[in-house]
Order: sequence, then C-alpha cells, then structure tokens
Amino acid sequence: MSSDMIIGLEHWTLARPELFLAVVTALLLLYGVLRGEASTVFVSLATCAALIVTAVLLFVPYREGTAFAQLFVTDRLTTTTKALVLISSAVAILMSRAYFERVKAWRFEYPLIVALATLGMMLMISANDLMSLYVGLELQSLSLYVMAAFQRDSVRSTEAGIKYFVLGSVASGMLLFGASLIYGFCGGTAFVQISQALLAGKAAEIGTTIGLVFVVAGLAFKIAAVPFHMWTPDVYEGAPTPVTAFFAVATKIAGVSLTVSVLMGPFKPLFPQWQQIMVAAAVLSMGWGAFAALRQPNIKRLMAYSSIANVGYVLLGVAAGSEKGIQAVVFYLAIYMVMSLGTFAIILLMKRREIMVENISDLAGLGRSHPLLAFAMLLFMFSLAGIPPLAGFWGKLYVFMAAVEAKLFWPAILGVLASVVASYYYLRIVKVMYFDEGAETLDRSAFGMNRAVAFVSAVLVALFSLLPQPLSAIAAAAAKGLFP
Amino acid sequence: MASWPILSVVTFLPLVGALFCLVVQGPKEAVDRNCRSAALITSLVTFVVSLLLWVHFDPTKAGFQFEEKVAWIPALNIGYHMGVDGISLFFVLLSTLLTPICVLASWEAVEVRVREYMVAFLVLETFMVGMFCALDLALFYVFFEGVLIPMFLIIGVWGGKRRVYAAFKFFLYTLLGSVLMLLAIIAIYWQAGTSDLPTVIEKMQLPFQWQFWLWLAFFASFAVKVPMWPVHTWLPDAHVEAPTAGSVILAGVLLKMGGYGFIRFSVTLFPEATQYFAPLIFGLSVVAVIYTSLVALVQEDMKKLIAYSSVAHMGFVTIGAFIMNMQAVQGSIFQMLSHGIVSAALFLCVGVVYDRMHTREIDAYGGLVHRMPRYAFVFMFFTLASVGLPGLSGFVGEFLVLIGTFKANTWVAFLAATGLILGAAYALWLYRKIIFGQLTKDSLKAILDMNRREIAVFLPLVLITLWMGIYPNSFLDPMAPAVDKLIGDYNAALKLARTAALR
Repeated sequence: MSSDMIIGLEHWTLARPELFLAVVTALLLLYGVLRGEASTVFVSLATCAALIVTAVLLFVPYREGTAFAQLFVTDRLTTTTKALVLISSAVAILMSRAYFERVKAWRFEYPLIVALATLGMMLMISANDLMSLYVGLELQSLSLYVMAAFQRDSVRSTEAGIKYFVLGSVASGMLLFGASLIYGFCGGTAFVQISQALLAGKAAEIGTTIGLVFVVAGLAFKIAAVPFHMWTPDVYEGAPTPVTAFFAVATKIAGVSLTVSVLMGPFKPLFPQWQQIMVAAAVLSMGWGAFAALRQPNIKRLMAYSSIANVGYVLLGVAAGSEKGIQAVVFYLAIYMVMSLGTFAIILLMKRREIMVENISDLAGLGRSHPLLAFAMLLFMFSLAGIPPLAGFWGKLYVFMAAVEAKLFWPAILGVLASVVASYYYLRIVKVMYFDEGAETLDRSAFGMNRAVAFVSAVLVALFSLLPQPLSAIAAAAAKGLFP
Repeated sequence: MASWPILSVVTFLPLVGALFCLVVQGPKEAVDRNCRSAALITSLVTFVVSLLLWVHFDPTKAGFQFEEKVAWIPALNIGYHMGVDGISLFFVLLSTLLTPICVLASWEAVEVRVREYMVAFLVLETFMVGMFCALDLALFYVFFEGVLIPMFLIIGVWGGKRRVYAAFKFFLYTLLGSVLMLLAIIAIYWQAGTSDLPTVIEKMQLPFQWQFWLWLAFFASFAVKVPMWPVHTWLPDAHVEAPTAGSVILAGVLLKMGGYGFIRFSVTLFPEATQYFAPLIFGLSVVAVIYTSLVALVQEDMKKLIAYSSVAHMGFVTIGAFIMNMQAVQGSIFQMLSHGIVSAALFLCVGVVYDRMHTREIDAYGGLVHRMPRYAFVFMFFTLASVGLPGLSGFVGEFLVLIGTFKANTWVAFLAATGLILGAAYALWLYRKIIFGQLTKDSLKAILDMNRREIAVFLPLVLITLWMGIYPNSFLDPMAPAVDKLIGDYNAALKLARTAALR
C-alpha cells in the first residue's frame, strides 16, 4: 500500500488536463476579482480557450492508467466522454453571452462556474473510488445549483436553483447511503476492492444489492431518469436558457459516463441485478419523456422531457451491458450533444421585440421569416425524432441493435413505440414553423454566436447523417476500453 | 452494360436540382421561374437516364443488375448496395416518370413557396428511387422512412383545409408501422451477421417461430403503406388534403412501396410464414376490395372516391403477391404499375378542374362535356382504364391476378371479381355526374378546356396506358425471369422446410 502512496510524476501526468483546467480557472478567478466586471468578455473567452486546450491535452499525448492510489482512472471511454463534456461546456459559454447581457447578468463568475462544473464532471468521469466519485459529483452539483440560480433577480431562476439544490441533496444523500452500505459489505471504497469482494461471494448478500440500488438511484437523479426526473421540467424551465442547454447536454454526458463506469466496473458482477433497474428506468424514461411532453406549450419544458426520453434510449444501451451497448451509448451521446446544442442555440435566438420568448407557438411562421434557421431546426427536430436519414436515426439504430443483441426484445419494442409518440411533439414544432402563419414574426438578429452554433450543429447533423462511420469508430474505440 | 454507376446517378441526380433551387437568388418571380425550370429539367434528365436502365437491362437474367457495392458503415457491416432486377426496374421508371409530370402539373397550381415545393419533390424522388434500388436492409429502411419527411411537408404546407391533421395522421401511421420493421431488420441482422439482402437471402435459415414474428413486423409496415383494410384510414385523408401532385406521388409511387416490400422482403425472407399468413392476406384483401368499393360509391368528394378506389385496386395487388404462381405475381406487379399510371392520371384529372373551380365536391360539377371536350375524353380514357377495359393497362393486371387466383383459390377469385363490377359502378357513376348531363351551374359556364401544358402532362400517360394494355409483353418479359426465380426459391424453401419437419 505504501508504495502506491508515493505520488510520482506519472500520477500527475495522467491528471494533466484536470490540473491544467483547475489552475487556469483559479488564475482567471483572481484576474476577474482584481479587474472587476470589465474582465467578463476576456474571462469568458479565456475559459473557452482553456476548455478547448484541456480537450486537446486529453489526447496529446494520450495516456491510460490509474493514479493517486487507485482514486483516478483514465481510459478510452473516460477520455472520449470528457472531450464531449469539454466541447459542450465551451459551446455553452459561447452561447450564453447574448442572453446574460440582455438580462443584465453578464458577470465573469459565470464562465468560471461552468469551468468548475466541468472540472467536477471530469473528476467524476475519471473516478475509480466511491470517494473520488462523490467529490467530483459534488463539485459538479454545487456549481450547477449556483448556475441555475445565476439570474439572481429572477424569481423563476432562483426558484429553480433552490429546487435543484434541495432535491439534488436528497439524491446525494441516497448515493452516500448506498456507498456506505457497499463499503460496509465489501470492505472498501476503491472500485477494485468492491469488484474483488463481489467476485469473492459478496454479490449474493442482500446488503450489497440494496447499496447498489441506492447508488443507482442517486445517479439516476443526476441524469434525470424516470422515476427520479421530477425536478427536470421545473429546473429546465426556470433556469436561464444557456444554463438549461448546459444541463441538458454536459451534465447528461458526464452522468451517463459515470453510470457506465460504475455499473460496468465494480458492479459488473451484479449485472443481472442492475440490468433490471436499467431496463425499468430506460422504458419508463422513454415512455414518460414521450407522453408527458405531448401537450407542452413551453419549448424549454419540452426539451426537458425530450432529454428525459433521450436518457431512456441511452440507458437502454447501458442495460444491454455489452460492448455494442456501450458503443451505442457513446455514439448516441455525441449525436445528442450536437442536436441539443443546435436546438438550444435556436431557442436562444427566439426573441420578439427584444424580449425572449419561449413558447412553441412563438415559432409560427419561422419557415417564411427565417428560412435558414427554420431549416436547421427542421433538421434537429427530425433528427431528434429519429427519422432516417438524419443522424438521430443512427443513434437510435445503434441502441436498438445493442438491445436486440442482448435479447431485450420487449424494452426495444416499447422503445420504438415511444419514439413514435415522441415524434409527434417534434413534428409539432415543424408544423408550427412551416404550416402556421405567425401573427408576428421573431426579431431578425445580426449574425452572432448562437446563429453560428446553430449552423455548425446543422452541418454536423447533416454530416453524421451521411457518414456515421468516423463517429462510430470513435465510439467503438471508447467501448473497447471496457472490454479488454 | 454501362460502366458508370447508373443507379446512383438516377438516385442522386434530383438532389443536384434541389441544391440549385436552394442556392438560386433573385426577385421572387425569377426564383420561382428558375426553380420550376430547374426541377423540370433535372427530373426530365433523370427520367432519360433511367430509360438507359431499361435499354441496358438484360431481360433474360433473373438476378440483380447494375449492382453497386461500397462499404458505408463497415463497423456495422452496413453497405451501400444498389441494384435492380426485373421486379424493381419498372418501379424506378415509374418514379422517374411521375416526378416531371408532377412538376409540370404544379406549374401554375403552386404559387406559394415554389422553391421549397420543388426541393421537396426532388428530394422525394431521390428517396423513392433509392428505396426501389436498395439491396441492403438498412439502406432500404433509410430511404423507406426518409420519404416521410418531404411528404409530410408537401401535405402540410401546400395541402387543403385539414392539411395539418392529414399530415400528422399520414406521418404517425406510417412511422408506427415502420419502426416495428426496423426491429425486425435488426433481428435479421443479428441472425445473418449482415444487412446485405442477397447475402441474407442466401444464408439465412430462420426457424418458423422467428419467421412468424418477423413477418408480422414487416406486415405492420407494408400493410400500412399499401394500405390494406383496416389500416387504410390515413389514405383518404392524406389524398384529399394533399396538393394534386402530392396525391399523384402518393397514389402512384408511395402505395407501391408496400406491395413491392411484400414481394421483395416478406415473401423472399419468410417463405414459411408467408404460406402460413396467406389466408389472412386474402381475407383482408377481399374485404378491402368489396368494402372500399362500396364506400367509394357514396363519396361526395372526387379525390376521396379515387382514394378509396386505390385501396380496392391495391387489394388485387396483395392477393396476387401472395398467390405465388407466375400469373398472379406478374399480374400483381403489373397491376401496381398500371395503377401507378392510371390513378396518378385520375388525380391529375381532378386537379385540372380543381385548379379552375377550387372545389372537389362532385355535386359542384356536371355537364362538363359541353365546355371541355378534350378533358371529357381524357377523363373517360382513364376511367375506363381504371375499370379494366380490355386494351388498356388496368385490364391486364386484374385479369392476370384473377387467372392466377382462380387456379389457386376459386372463392378468393370469385369474391375479388365482384370488385370489378363495383369498380365499374362507382367509376362510371363519378364520370356521369361530372361530365354528362346538362350544364346548368352558372359557375361552370365559363370553364376552359385543357391548355397545352395540361395536354403535355396527360399525353405520355395516355400513350403508356395504351402501350401497357395493347402490348404488355414489353413489361412482362423483363420481369419474368425474376418472378420465376422468386417463385422457384419460395417453393424450394417450403419443400426444404417440409422435409426438415418430416425428418
């Protein structure tokens, strides 16, 4: 044990990206405090740059291994999902400026909190011990609570923050309780120890199963899987829109990645137990995400339900528990990231007479007044609905292929049926944009960051639609790490 | 044989025109004019290129020709595999023929968002042609489902009063059927290790238990597309609300996707289940033929009447496709082609008067023969073709199906034949109400006969209908080897299963 405790240079090199991000964030915080509000633009751009550099550091040079006495692990899967998280964080910061400037909340703390949340996500993705898992998770969660309430003078925003905080704490409590049971029955918190203890016969004990259930419940809350989704619509609606985008994308990717490494790592011996939970959560999420959004007038709430449904499809891939399943998860997350960021970029452009609007009916006539934007939205909606040949279809195809291979026939059937129901509300947005005539169209805005994000996302969706192979290869490489 | 990828060119050439329409700039009139011309030229060129398929097609071969095979998603073993045989060849031609006709038919009728309209039609053409050429199950599914996107927009944006309802109904109905087929395709993929159709057919020996469920999943998709009774209810709504050209493509090509799917996939992949379920198909088809013909008799809307007649005519197609002898299957395919031309022409006929009067109520018309003699002739021509007058295309298909059916099952043939009588009843009734009688309605007094553009739309259809009726062998001969092989493989598979069961 003592030789592990010596912290050699290789430990630090494995965590290089995280360390870089932490140091840069601290320095920028100092700079911001000294310079005051005037530094906001610089800090936000510098944070974006730092996030991108961190993403580059993940791969140049690429390293695998465990560090800090088995607390921290990097492999293909963690590196890939970290890269996705970093990209979505950087884009989320870029998308937020116009919004916060309009609501007079454009402060330098915002990009830094995003960076801290991202750091927490990277730590939890790389966690190899229940303790480091919890530290990363809480760093993330606390930053997210602040972000939800960032628009301080808005009642809805602060309410969202409080709601998220209270419910999130309960979830953290459940996770801790489960972790303590696991610790008690397995005699350690390191994933390796847990795995060994389970293989040595502890898997049969009821205490470990109960512990597992609590841990999974905590994780399910963080990724908003049914039945732990109740906070999602309210928080998504209340939080400032750029924050919602961040919640819908980055936190999902990080949470799912964590769920995969926990379930496929230490709890692999309990596969039959957690597969049932995952199947149930997947089916319920797909179903609830489809049905609850049918009559939803608010587009942010709609996206909340859409994200619940999407998590359901991802969890179906997790439930397969196979290499194909994990590949499907990574593939789906990458495509989901592009589609959602694009959609939120368009939602951020929805303003009428300089006031942000967020009802679906406000999109009426968009096909005429903003043809390009409407076309991009059309691509995102059909893609989210999973209609071929658009990228979202490939994501669903991968997931269902994994599910059928794992003989999860009924969950797959319920999943495709739910996707038909869900396609109704995506179609409704297309209908409002193209079939309805708007009494008053949305403002024409100058070419800004959100427009750029929307178009880049649309181009990427089109690209992934025609050539899914490169992305699929990346996902395959990521999944292979878990199945040596 | 051509050395260039002729099928890919036919499939993706329309996208070039679509791209041009998307980027063209200028004042609205100029853009509209340019988009119309671009769409017409692209679709005509596509049609000419597709005629090369027929010229170079070797009618003595049963297998796939003009094959192209490129790895698309190697990780999943999904390939871009295209090819046509005698069964699919004419469906490709049907799609490429009807698209320029649709563009021409909407020349003046569509005035709003012309650019988007033309783009939608060209994209639709790509999906349709691709679907008939695809020899990879995943690729097929991509094209099959992709059709929904442009069609949804065509009905929803340029449709009639209840267009939103009709567009959603069309989309959700078809999607619901198709997603089950997707799962079945995935199941086949895991059984065979590939989604390449020829390889799957060659390798796969599915136990009956599997065939049973997979057949049902494919049935869910194709039955909605055909559409078979009782899942046909989306069709009258979609037809009535769609713009004229949309109805033409719906009736002309989209319905054929179901019949084509049955023949290409259900029969070849699941022979035992096909035999097991054939009575179900016969039952539903006979009900469709009789019931929808009766429903057609009481319609007040011209388009709805033709829509119901489509369901009845497609009933013959599904009977023929599952009788599994040479005459019936050939008749079934021929009936689809004939219906593709004739019902498309009938919808165009409705479009001609709709463009002038903006109503489809049968009661709003009467005595048109006095003002529109040319129109009266064309309408009569296609009404009789639809009824099945010998010498016109409708007769050949129905006759072949009935001969084949009579050999296999007299009762089915007898009941299906009643559809011919009912069909004559409603079609002639419609014709009499609209064309004959005194011209008493004031609104009709100034109606003009068909102009040159409209004649140009109908002329090719008239000629093809005559050709198919008088010398059907130019169409039947190229498909004969492929159909022969289809039936041979089917019987061989059944024999194999029987001997396996005995052992």
